[in-house]
Amino acid sequence: MAGRASASGAGKGFALPQVPKIAVYIAGFIPAVWLFYAGITDQLGADPMRYLEQALGLWALRFLIGSLAITPLRQLLGINLLRYRRAIGLLAFYYAALHLITYLVLDQGLDFAAIWADIVKRPYITIGMATFVVLVPLALTSNNAAIRRMGGQAWARLHRLVYLAAIGAVLHFVLVVKSWPPEPLVYAAIVAALLGYRIVRSMVKKPSPRQRPA
Amino acid sequence: MLIRRPADILPSEITPREVYFNRRQWMAGAAGLALTAALPKGLGAAPLPAAKSPFSTDEKLTSREDVTSYNNYYEFGTGKEDPAANAKTLKTSPWTVKVDGMVGKPGEFAIEDLIKASALEERIYRMRCVEGWSMVIPWVGFPLADLIKRVEPLGSAKYVAFETAYRPEEMPGMQSMFPVLDWPYVEGLRLDEAMNPLTLLAVGLYGETLPNQNGAPIRLVVPWKYGFKGIKSITRISFVEKQPETAWNKQAPGEYGFYANVNPSVDHPRWSQATERRIGEGGLFVKRRPTLMFNGYAEQVASLYTGMDLRKLY
Repeated sequence: MAGRASASGAGKGFALPQVPKIAVYIAGFIPAVWLFYAGITDQLGADPMRYLEQALGLWALRFLIGSLAITPLRQLLGINLLRYRRAIGLLAFYYAALHLITYLVLDQGLDFAAIWADIVKRPYITIGMATFVVLVPLALTSNNAAIRRMGGQAWARLHRLVYLAAIGAVLHFVLVVKSWPPEPLVYAAIVAALLGYRIVRSMVKKPSPRQRPA
Repeated sequence: MLIRRPADILPSEITPREVYFNRRQWMAGAAGLALTAALPKGLGAAPLPAAKSPFSTDEKLTSREDVTSYNNYYEFGTGKEDPAANAKTLKTSPWTVKVDGMVGKPGEFAIEDLIKASALEERIYRMRCVEGWSMVIPWVGFPLADLIKRVEPLGSAKYVAFETAYRPEEMPGMQSMFPVLDWPYVEGLRLDEAMNPLTLLAVGLYGETLPNQNGAPIRLVVPWKYGFKGIKSITRISFVEKQPETAWNKQAPGEYGFYANVNPSVDHPRWSQATERRIGEGGLFVKRRPTLMFNGYAEQVASLYTGMDLRKLY
């Protein structure tokens, strides 16, 4: 199904020009490349390490939200971006990994005692780490071979963990800031809307017609 | 801590008092002029001559650029760059500070008179933010104790309460739909903390009047406490009997105490306070340095807290 989806075949909705998937990866890595370049050349303000760390985390969350937006976009607006979902999901994982590496190496200087203390004592670190752990099996199975090996249903069940990851990611964000500044709350609201949409939809139309026995 | 002897001859001894007071008056006027002329760069910044202080640290200064572009001043937004971008709208002239409560000589003091009444000193202090970063800042100001002695607190006064200007129309961060703090920003000190010679009312930094984002025209600097105790753009100082409310304590009492002394062994509930990042040190590859008890000012202030459980009274 992945081959000729949207250009003419999708039927309803907008016909989007096809973009090679590699272009999504390349575009997706532009922020990371720019951030590291700006960091090395001292263009990230007074506290460049913190800026880099936060920006990478934020991009991870944005791509995670992007991957969650694919389905509602298709169902509500008829915009079919399904063929890019894997790339967007993997970008979320790559940015989460860069965010984690920045924390471990640049922020904590690989002081494992301090890192361990953070993980066990600081809920936002605990949640952040757990969220990354949840993303790992999703990234490892984001390939056609894994789908074939696992079978579509088991694979889809596993990948529902992305909902948990999204909740973890926004909690991690909300818990790290002082008081209640608007930005993390806006992201939390977006995630709540994307997950709420799925809950409502699953309640409204119980068995999807395709799964009904013939 | 290294205590340096003051220079043998203070600038104030070279120049007759009347002359430099005059000069200061002239400069305050010049600052006002500069403000009305709305100079694009160094808005209203006027030089402030100040004597060196034995309380200054000789650590490497954080650059003026970093000190004036990386700020927490939520009245102008929650981002670190927001105050520098948005604080221009604050009108700092004319400015008065109301002194009231349990004092023999209450009053409303013009900022120019407050500056004139005290000999200005340069105090190079470490500044430790509760978020885990620090700076070294050359403040210009005068000891809060000077002002307190002049207004003659009554015996019943036990605490000093401070209030920031409440001007939503000049402070865009206050117009946010979800208020980050319960405005106006308020802070407080015990009277003996306020009288400590380290406690400073700053009116400048790097030899010039304060930029708005740093709390112009007058702010508190309490170097052994977390930065949020250093209330900015003060409009009111009250002498009270009961411990006053403080802005961050009201917002999250379990996280920000009244005392807020820098203490590496008492963590913030959500993060460690054992180490800090010195801004401008190492860039992307900044190394954490251990945070010192009372931010390294234990020698001067530890005695204020003898017998107190600093774990409970954080």
